[in-house]
Amino acid sequence: MPTKNIEKIAKDYNDAYKKITGRVVICGGTGCIAGGSLKVYEAFQQEMEKRKIGFCLQITKDCHENYLSLSGCRGFCAMGPLVSVGDIFYTKVKPEDVPEIVEKTLMKGEVIDRLLYHNPANNQKAKTLADIPFYAKQERILLHDCGRINPEDINEYIAHGGYAQAKRAYTEMTDEEVCKEMITSGLRGRGGGGFPTGKKWDLTRVEPGAKKYVICNADEGDPGAFMDRSVMEGNPNAVLEGMMIAARAIGADEGYIYVRMEYPLAIQRVRTAIKQAEELGILGENVFGSGLNFKINVMEGAGAFVCGEETALIASVEGKRGMPRIKPPYPSQSGLFGKPTVINNVETLATVPKIMEMGAEEFRKIGTLGSPGTKTFAVTGHIANTGLVEVPMGTTLRQVIDDVAGGTTNDDGTVNKSAFKAAQIGGPSGGCLTREHLDIPLDFDSLKSVGAMVGSGGLVVMNNKTCMVNVARFFLEFTQRESCGKCVPCREGTEQMLTMLNDIVEGRATLKTLENLEDLAKAVQKASLCALGKTAPNPVLSTLKHFREEYLAHVVDKCCPAGVCKALARFEIVASKCKGCGMCKRACPVGAISGDVGKPHHIDPKKCIKCGGCKSTCKFGAVVTGA
Amino acid sequence: MTDRFAPAAKILEDHQYDSSKLIPILQKVQDEYKYLPEDIMRFIANELDISPARVFGVATFFAHFAITPKGKHIIRVCNGTACHVKGSSFVINTVKDKLKLKDGQDTTEDMMFTLECVSCLGACGLAPVMVMDDVVHGQITPAKAVEIIDSVIASEAKNAD
Amino acid sequence: MEKEQFVTIEGKRVPIEGEKNLLELIRKAHFNIMTFCYHPELAAYGACRLCLVEVEGMGIVASCTVKPKDGMKVHVNTDEIRHLRRINLELLLSSGNHDCTLCSKSNNCKLQKLAKDMDVTEIRFKSKKLDSHKDATSPALVRDHSKCILCGNCVRICNEVQGIGAIDFAFRGFRSKIATAFNKELGQSHECVSCGQCARVCPTGALMPNSSEIEDVFKAINDPKKKVAVHIAPAVRVGLGEMFGLPQGQNVDGKIATALRMLGFDYVYDTAFAADLTIVEEATEFLERFKKGVNLPQFTSCCPAWINYVEKFAPEFIPNLSTARSPMQMMGPILKADYEDKGGKREDLVVVAVMPCSAKKTEAKRDEFYVNDNPDTDYVVTTVGLARMIKEAGIDFVNLENEWFDMPFGTKTGAGVIFGASGGVMEAALRYALAELDPANARSVKFSSLREGTVFKEKTVEIGDVKIRTAVVSGLKNARKLLDDIKAGKDHYDFIEVMSCQGGCVAGAGQPQFDGWAPRRKRAEGLYQEDTELAYKSQDNSGVQALYGRILDKVGGPLAHKLLHTHYYDRKDRTGQQK
Repeated sequence: MPTKNIEKIAKDYNDAYKKITGRVVICGGTGCIAGGSLKVYEAFQQEMEKRKIGFCLQITKDCHENYLSLSGCRGFCAMGPLVSVGDIFYTKVKPEDVPEIVEKTLMKGEVIDRLLYHNPANNQKAKTLADIPFYAKQERILLHDCGRINPEDINEYIAHGGYAQAKRAYTEMTDEEVCKEMITSGLRGRGGGGFPTGKKWDLTRVEPGAKKYVICNADEGDPGAFMDRSVMEGNPNAVLEGMMIAARAIGADEGYIYVRMEYPLAIQRVRTAIKQAEELGILGENVFGSGLNFKINVMEGAGAFVCGEETALIASVEGKRGMPRIKPPYPSQSGLFGKPTVINNVETLATVPKIMEMGAEEFRKIGTLGSPGTKTFAVTGHIANTGLVEVPMGTTLRQVIDDVAGGTTNDDGTVNKSAFKAAQIGGPSGGCLTREHLDIPLDFDSLKSVGAMVGSGGLVVMNNKTCMVNVARFFLEFTQRESCGKCVPCREGTEQMLTMLNDIVEGRATLKTLENLEDLAKAVQKASLCALGKTAPNPVLSTLKHFREEYLAHVVDKCCPAGVCKALARFEIVASKCKGCGMCKRACPVGAISGDVGKPHHIDPKKCIKCGGCKSTCKFGAVVTGA
Repeated sequence: MTDRFAPAAKILEDHQYDSSKLIPILQKVQDEYKYLPEDIMRFIANELDISPARVFGVATFFAHFAITPKGKHIIRVCNGTACHVKGSSFVINTVKDKLKLKDGQDTTEDMMFTLECVSCLGACGLAPVMVMDDVVHGQITPAKAVEIIDSVIASEAKNAD
Repeated sequence: MEKEQFVTIEGKRVPIEGEKNLLELIRKAHFNIMTFCYHPELAAYGACRLCLVEVEGMGIVASCTVKPKDGMKVHVNTDEIRHLRRINLELLLSSGNHDCTLCSKSNNCKLQKLAKDMDVTEIRFKSKKLDSHKDATSPALVRDHSKCILCGNCVRICNEVQGIGAIDFAFRGFRSKIATAFNKELGQSHECVSCGQCARVCPTGALMPNSSEIEDVFKAINDPKKKVAVHIAPAVRVGLGEMFGLPQGQNVDGKIATALRMLGFDYVYDTAFAADLTIVEEATEFLERFKKGVNLPQFTSCCPAWINYVEKFAPEFIPNLSTARSPMQMMGPILKADYEDKGGKREDLVVVAVMPCSAKKTEAKRDEFYVNDNPDTDYVVTTVGLARMIKEAGIDFVNLENEWFDMPFGTKTGAGVIFGASGGVMEAALRYALAELDPANARSVKFSSLREGTVFKEKTVEIGDVKIRTAVVSGLKNARKLLDDIKAGKDHYDFIEVMSCQGGCVAGAGQPQFDGWAPRRKRAEGLYQEDTELAYKSQDNSGVQALYGRILDKVGGPLAHKLLHTHYYDRKDRTGQQK
């Protein structure tokens, strides 16, 4: 089937769109859906039907009046469910708010004050996205359309200029020219290592062979990272277009998207996008009349972090256990089914059409010399605005945490910028950054120089009530569980490291344990087969470097300064602070707390399972942890 | 073809008996049979002309595959980073305690509950998160988790009457 | 002329001569870096990380997977590498049960050797996985997961060389283990054919031939009511010496006969006698089939793992198998019939077979080889098992005088002896057939094509305008390919010898452990040497001749058929298929 005329699709869509009188966009990202945004979506439909207000759920030439659609993740997950009516941006919307929104905002253009974002910094309400520091301080290139367009309608993507760059690559450029454009742009892989994308493509391009593959690595397994999911949910066509351009560059006629199965919505949206692209002849045979073919398969990962490693990912697409193999040969030489293969992650591929659109030279102007472009980070943890941010490479950690994400918070959620203790960047493979790193620019080379990495872009902010030993243990437990078990240092080494960390947090360790831990961590880093093993010790080594005194407190004083490590913690109620409100008593799942109303309560240490429920419930700070 | 194997045979056909599609095939088999029964895995191996030990190796490598039946109700507690720093391990321990699960055990003796600790459900804004039978519960506390489980137990008891 | 290429290893220039990886080159330079997961007969795996070296400009790499390049500068013993190697070894030793004094593999274990070479006296890490559950459900092999270091050699040989995949990695990470399908005990594995090649490449005591019968053999010897006969397979005589430090391939049959008597066996026989008997029956069977043109090609049936393989994976070829029993299973009933013939009771004669093989243990236990609950072969002991018995009894094997086997079942021809090498059975059969069909020219036919080469060999003999096309294949994956080609009509043969172990019985799992082809060749040479000192063809075995007419009726006759032939069962798994 010949590819449909995309210019005409764009014109028809834009013509139809002009007839729309109002547009309501409800965030349909995973975070907002978990918060109930689909119920909000339904409530809008019911309310408009009830009031007999005309609306459509899809733009066609017959549309008029209002257009109601879901979007992908808008990044501001902490404030979800998010709804925008025209420019007006509402946060934390519940279904019961909908009648009022329809009546006041949609019909009369009035703003409902209580649903606006309240900026704690200046105590003002923000009416539009531009008024919210979270958005205003970002530079959203990749995420620009996420949250604005309907991810389940390819026509809107096309109307925003989508697939024009793929068309150009297939009809006006040679494979070599496409590679050259990427090399010039300086784009580096957003999945971890930061290898230059153009160079990777060019290496694959020059490999002989008629059959080649493009693989989109969407196995975003880092716990606490969701950039790739958001892009797939919010703008799946950008990923497809990036893959098409990559395929053109290397001469591939088949692609795979390897998505982790924990992302059902992303999978569904990607499948929808592929189906629509096939219907328009954008994917399939004789793409844009070029005589070249390209098809995309979706494969769902079955739950193994190690499959983010490219050779393990390939093994699993081939129907095998996801165990990495030694490189060389690199996938560019011998990849999927032994054929030359390019593997890029979602964010990298979705950036490609943007680079083609703005031109490599323009792209280079963003970010730093060594790391051009923007980078998205999933900011989580003790932070005011949990969510997804996109900033130019080279933005400092302080800018991201304080200016964009609203600052570090206390355990009770109040903003307290000075409570910042550390940030773990790059997930379980990354390292931690401390107060002394707050002003280092976030880019590939600067982070590497301090023993951390951009990695996938997970950024976990931790406040001063965090036990860093416990954090290191958490990440190591993760990599230990996810080790494939092939090579000795990773399989046995991470297990032994975890044992030692358990000894430390449970009060059995000696100084010798610390010495052995450090020695072993360094050996695992050097001797492991793949990147998972080589980076698994990073959280341990970087916390040992920056927070050694916390380790010593656990080992020598048998005390967890943050009161997090259960075995070293004892929950007590400070009688002078206790008001006898009974909140802790109700929060205790095992009935360990006794006391009469209005009188100081008491925790029975024999019954206490140290779940921490009382401490987080107490409004008066009366529950404390001692050693 | 006996009835028991008919759905598996259909799945194989849908995947063109292509052994490189073993993982998608097993995913569909699990959707159909709720877990990966031994005889079905053996059937799959024979039909794809690969060794059953390899199928078993793949089935036990990936966390998503279950080689034993799961409980009636699935409780998933997120232990992603965001949830962890906000105390999900306390929730997990409390749930384990509540369900009397020993180390390494994830399904209760009465086959009523299966507890899965998952890495990041993507709802970091609601951390810590627990999902009971696909219903997301955000900002969960140990006490709230026990409450949710109790309500399921209560409705089960009611149904039994 | 092309410029010679060199790699510099610790300052020494070492020429690149087609080595497939840096490790081979380093070993050529006499740095014998010990590894677990690298095995010259298998694909490189890169998991044990003991072959780490430092290449200037590349950093620390696993040498087993790096291609040697001109100008590379390699360091094998820097402080850092020594440290990493030691930590790796400590990690391996901390995980599992490595109590050498209680392990049959002691003295022959790579892990033990490395720990000794590196003088590891302390392990800084906590002991893990100490649970030593032994899986002894298979008569052929014993597995002990607590000794497994997950090098994967067993998995790779079962897949790459045998084409079976009875075992594979299962589970993940620290919980990884080598498992049969569905984690069954090996005795319940449908796929395992008991060839034992996994045990041959296992560097530790995690997989070994089952030696539980040794105790029963000693008891039988010491039981005054029993007479115990023992017979040794051809390959045993060229393997056993290695266990006592004698040169590889040296034929020690005389010392074995002496040692067996010292151990207390009442009758000491040679399996080669029965090999001659096998040839007489099997070659006769072949000539009949060949004349009629039915059930061709005929496959040899003396390899029990091959029989297991056909029954489980290629039952459509069952009619092509020779119905002649293997030499071991001819020897048993003949010895027992002879004992009864002389007035003894069948169950009072205990027959022990010493075999280079683990699968022979499963063969002896097949139902059809029992008469009234009494087996034709009571116990099967491996070559290594016999060495253990000799050592336990305190016999100074090396300094023993040579003695001779007992008559009449110790007589043999060279044709019976060469059974132990791949190609030997076919050569013996052709010697028999040629003498029957073309006696005048029989001795002038040379069989060099069946002796040289490795896993696949061919020989066509022409008698007038009759051509007999034969093939010899060893290794089950190679056999599978041949079966597929035959099915596809690509290959045509009349008679095919199949041995499960590459190189034949000399390379069996019951033999002293070895790597590579040189040891196989040396052992085979030992057999071909003995062949030159003996009668040429099986029909010349006087003991065999005497048997027909006394215990047996005539070649291929009904009584011979009862005692010397067998039948096979279709054991293919057809789960889910309509019966």
